[in-house]
Amino acid sequence: MQATSRADRAFSGGVTALALVVPLTLAGITLLIVLDSWPAITRLGLSFVTTTRWDPVHEVFGAGAYLFGTLVTTAIAVLLAAPVAVGAAIYLTEYAPLRVRTPLAFVIELLAYIPSIVYGLWGLFVLVPFFREFVEPTLATWIGPLPLVGALFSGQIVGVDLLVGGVILAIMILPLLLAVSREVLLAVPGNQREAMLGLGATRWEAVSRAVLPYARVGIVGAIVLGVARAFGETMAVTLVVGNSSTTVSPSLFTPGYTMASAIANQFTEATGELYFSAIVEISLVLLVVAVVVNGAARLLIRRIAGNPQGLAL
Amino acid sequence: MTTVTLPLARSRVIARRRITERVMAGLLLAATVGAAALLLIILGFVLVRGLPAITPAFFTERTLPQGEPGGGLGPALLGTLVLSAIAAALAIPIGIASAIFVVEYRSGRFAPVVRFAAELIAGLPSIVVGVFVWAFLVRGFIGHYAALAGGIALAVIMTPIIARTVEEVLRLVPGSLREAALALGAPRWRVIVRVVLPTAQAGIVTAAILAIARAAGETAPLLLTALGNLFFSTDLLRPIAALPLQIYQYAASPYDDWHTKAWGGSLVLVVVIGLLSVALRVATRSRVR
Repeated sequence: MQATSRADRAFSGGVTALALVVPLTLAGITLLIVLDSWPAITRLGLSFVTTTRWDPVHEVFGAGAYLFGTLVTTAIAVLLAAPVAVGAAIYLTEYAPLRVRTPLAFVIELLAYIPSIVYGLWGLFVLVPFFREFVEPTLATWIGPLPLVGALFSGQIVGVDLLVGGVILAIMILPLLLAVSREVLLAVPGNQREAMLGLGATRWEAVSRAVLPYARVGIVGAIVLGVARAFGETMAVTLVVGNSSTTVSPSLFTPGYTMASAIANQFTEATGELYFSAIVEISLVLLVVAVVVNGAARLLIRRIAGNPQGLAL
Repeated sequence: MTTVTLPLARSRVIARRRITERVMAGLLLAATVGAAALLLIILGFVLVRGLPAITPAFFTERTLPQGEPGGGLGPALLGTLVLSAIAAALAIPIGIASAIFVVEYRSGRFAPVVRFAAELIAGLPSIVVGVFVWAFLVRGFIGHYAALAGGIALAVIMTPIIARTVEEVLRLVPGSLREAALALGAPRWRVIVRVVLPTAQAGIVTAAILAIARAAGETAPLLLTALGNLFFSTDLLRPIAALPLQIYQYAASPYDDWHTKAWGGSLVLVVVIGLLSVALRVATRSRVR
């Protein structure tokens, strides 16, 4: 009896010690990043996010343009990916023949396993030329002259710009959005649909008036999760977004910079205490946004679908 | 047979509803086909542009500096193996232990803390993990760029994936199995080691391999930790090459030959990851059915 309980205690002690590495790592990440960005936080204050002049030579660090680039590319990504992902999720749960539903969903979710760097390579050598030669001239011709929206699609076309950065992000968050929305839709009780169909509704009427209202919170959660993913994505965007301009312009054809690509490009060359600290403060912003947005998204999704597998993507 | 004739207004409503139904079904199908086509397009490009780079030398020779023709990605392939091995050696025990902690010792005060921390780490951008490991190891304990730091960065990314997936698997182990073993007088640790873990074995292996597949393709944290290396190296305390890093450096270069090699490297990466995940999918499905 004595030996047994001692072995039990040793085992649970070992498991506990290993398991506690996880929260300790999170604490360590937060602590070190806050400590290293402290000089920048205290010396730059709010001007860090509100100004756009980033000049390491004169020790002026305003990350506003990086923040702007991240926000714009993320917005493009979500606006493009969300309708496609939710539409495909609806098709795969409500319309498609039963036999093809799972295989087709699996094929689309395979996109999630393609490494970020491969998206970057494809984006740089396929998407960028395609946008430079065809898509962007077309947009400039047809939408460019319009008032208001025209400003988004005007200016010189280089190919590496915020628009292509957003499009590559859209492709990258698509499988995550699809997987989570699909699980949310699958969690909608069948009798919700059957009641509508039984009243003579068409399938789209059942989807739009019974299924989607029920699943709304979860789908919003899926989209928020996509936002979180797009916000911190680094390599693919770094290769296609331009990395050359720090000006804030309404045109999506402007080569831009995102916060994550600024870290990737400048971290190893950031000499000088304030420069280094400013770069780390960018990662602090990414960290805080990731924690807040992910936490919110998961709460929304749990309300509908419990603990969906798709979150592991 | 009597035919019901509807008033004109009602038949128009029905026609409109039918058209809406058709249009929406078409749009939803288009979204699905478009999403699936993206995968095929991307994989097609990787295959067509990557194949010309695949030669025996591509796998065995060391990476040459610019200007010298030839060379291969040998060091990068070896480096990715080394980095994945370090990451797996750390992340698999920690991931499984935290899943056991969360599921089997769930009455504990810290179980929700561990679970929540794993979720938050899983949601962190990988570049942030890179910044942390740089500050902690490259500047701190090790003092310079090193394979060990790269492996640990990948382990930080892998651990929450393993922890969360294994957690799901452990929850699927029927409580009656645990109770039966406990009723026979087995102590708790034996129940876990001899009953729960073997039952969940297939799922645990799946979790580990998926996490390795995910980590093997990571680039951003390696930029700040493993750095890269043109030579073959297995020294854990020296910089090491990695396949995604080499692809990045080649892609960002202006040379056609390097671009081809970048596509070749991508092809190798995608084939390995694809084979792993498809094989696992098939294996786990046949076990479930």
